[in-house]
Amino acid sequence: MAYLELLKVGKTFGATDAVEEFNLEVERGELVSFLGPSGCGKTTTLRMVAGFEIPTNGSVRLNGQDITHNPPNQRNVGMVFQAYALFPNMTVADNVGFGLKIAKKAKPEIEVRVREMLDLIQMPQLGDRYPYQLSGGQQQRVALARALAIEPQVLLLDEPLSALDAKIRVELRTEIRRIQQRLGITTIYVTHDQEEALSISDRVVVMNAGRMEQVGAPYEIYNYPATPFVASFVGTLNQLQCTVVDAAAGLLAHNGQRLKTGSLIEKADGPLTVMLRPEQIHLGVIDDENQLKGKVDHVAFLGSIIRILVRIGEAIITLDVLNERGHTLPRVGDEVTVSFPAHACWVLPGP
Amino acid sequence: MRGDLPQIAGTADISRVARRLRRPSSRRASPWAWFWLALGMLYFFVPLVATLEFSMRAVRGRYTFVAFQHILSDPDFYRNFGFSLMWAVITMVISLLLVVPTAYWVHLRLRRLRPVVEFITLMPFVIPAVVLVFGYIRLYGSRPLVLTGSPVLLVAGYIVLSLPYMYRSVDAGLRAIDVRTLTEAAQSLGAGWPTILRQVIFPNLRVALLSGTFLTLAIVVGEFTFASLLVWPAFAPYMEDLGNKKAYEAAALALISFGLTWASIGIIQWLGRGAPGQTQVTGAH
Repeated sequence: MAYLELLKVGKTFGATDAVEEFNLEVERGELVSFLGPSGCGKTTTLRMVAGFEIPTNGSVRLNGQDITHNPPNQRNVGMVFQAYALFPNMTVADNVGFGLKIAKKAKPEIEVRVREMLDLIQMPQLGDRYPYQLSGGQQQRVALARALAIEPQVLLLDEPLSALDAKIRVELRTEIRRIQQRLGITTIYVTHDQEEALSISDRVVVMNAGRMEQVGAPYEIYNYPATPFVASFVGTLNQLQCTVVDAAAGLLAHNGQRLKTGSLIEKADGPLTVMLRPEQIHLGVIDDENQLKGKVDHVAFLGSIIRILVRIGEAIITLDVLNERGHTLPRVGDEVTVSFPAHACWVLPGP
Repeated sequence: MRGDLPQIAGTADISRVARRLRRPSSRRASPWAWFWLALGMLYFFVPLVATLEFSMRAVRGRYTFVAFQHILSDPDFYRNFGFSLMWAVITMVISLLLVVPTAYWVHLRLRRLRPVVEFITLMPFVIPAVVLVFGYIRLYGSRPLVLTGSPVLLVAGYIVLSLPYMYRSVDAGLRAIDVRTLTEAAQSLGAGWPTILRQVIFPNLRVALLSGTFLTLAIVVGEFTFASLLVWPAFAPYMEDLGNKKAYEAAALALISFGLTWASIGIIQWLGRGAPGQTQVTGAH
């Protein structure tokens, strides 16, 4: 039996289904991300685990106990909010110690624990500060320490980095993962940022319109998306409309140019779509690979990589080239050939 | 920009003017700015000085503080002022207990009802006090429920009168903090409702609550209609009564009440000092 279980959980607001038939088992010490666009039900699901929303149906079980109807203050669940939510009238130390004070711990014990937590978030000197004297990143660290101080059974993070700027965001997510692994705390992390979800999670739950689309390790989610939604939401994806030439041999044609796919073609009649990740496409001719001819449409310099858009017939293919010094970039309008292996072509029926 | 010094209406306007004066363009204070400022000060201080001057002429031919001495040695002054203070304190306590949880709950769970509640609290501006008090007397002066003999009606009326100020102060205070997330954060840390209200909501509303209670105090102490028509001892009827009989003492009393009001402001400012993250004194947001 898993540590945290969500069994057929659903939530209805009025006439709309915010979450439907949500089933998930989270193991002890695991970090699971809920990833999806806004309004997909990821935050609602998290709030049902926290106790801020009561499921319309289904149940939530934590460590073997049904907590579906427990009020939030009787769940021993730590929560970190997007808006930090530090108590403005208390110092950093008082914020971190708040939950322990509520639990009526002895003063020396609280002090020790608060110091431990401030060390953990690498802010040992700032216990006397007030929240308004801290930067956003520091405030969110304190919020994390406050949630962890009560030794919760589950840590819930609701878009904790969305209000921070890009550099702090990357730093802090690594920090969160480091602390989570060090404490071995079971964690649910809600985000709409796919890079964030992929980089720190043990498993990712991709959600759309109140439904679970796919659950899996980041590697699986990215490389083997189960649905077109997952494929398009996680990472950039090229779509090429093709017709079938020879289903058994995996031969397809796009705009008069032949290409071969490694995946099984289930429906031989009618058009189908080939999906391709930008990093699997190379500029230039590579033997034994699919080759398509086209014209450079746009070149974007992104620092470590260069993103090139190539027009092939009606379609535009995006591909990434690593930035190396001395590289000559193609110019807009150049005739180029792009190559990609057959196994990179993932086929979906329909245009 | 210059020449449009607003009439003194409240702290919000004053701070807006102050902000405007702080702008670089108006930093080289133009003579006109000083002119309007001086005019404003005159408008404010001349009546005060005149009242003071008048109150000191109780003895023909020289300035004395006799009128002040008369007031301060009048047991009726203390009795009436004491009553007013008592009404004010009772009103404040009931009003706080009524308004804070209501406003908190409206913010937390009934956001859609906010305009409705706001409208209800504005009723005293629409219905004059004299209408309200006659309504009370008609309704509660005869059976089945006779309340005209007890101070219940008086306090109830004061609570209604202070409602717009109290509610607006508390509402502004609640708007300044993220009530919902703070509540949820406290809940997830194990806190129940009484703890959340006592340790999270009230401390963060300190300044708003102080300004609300101060406005209530000012209204109750200065209120005439209710106390007079319901025949209860209070400061305003005493002042009116005195004005009919003793001119110099009435002027002195006006200044004393003015001083008491300013002292109250001072006390509130002092109590509200150093409240982190909050600077507003009145309900203005």
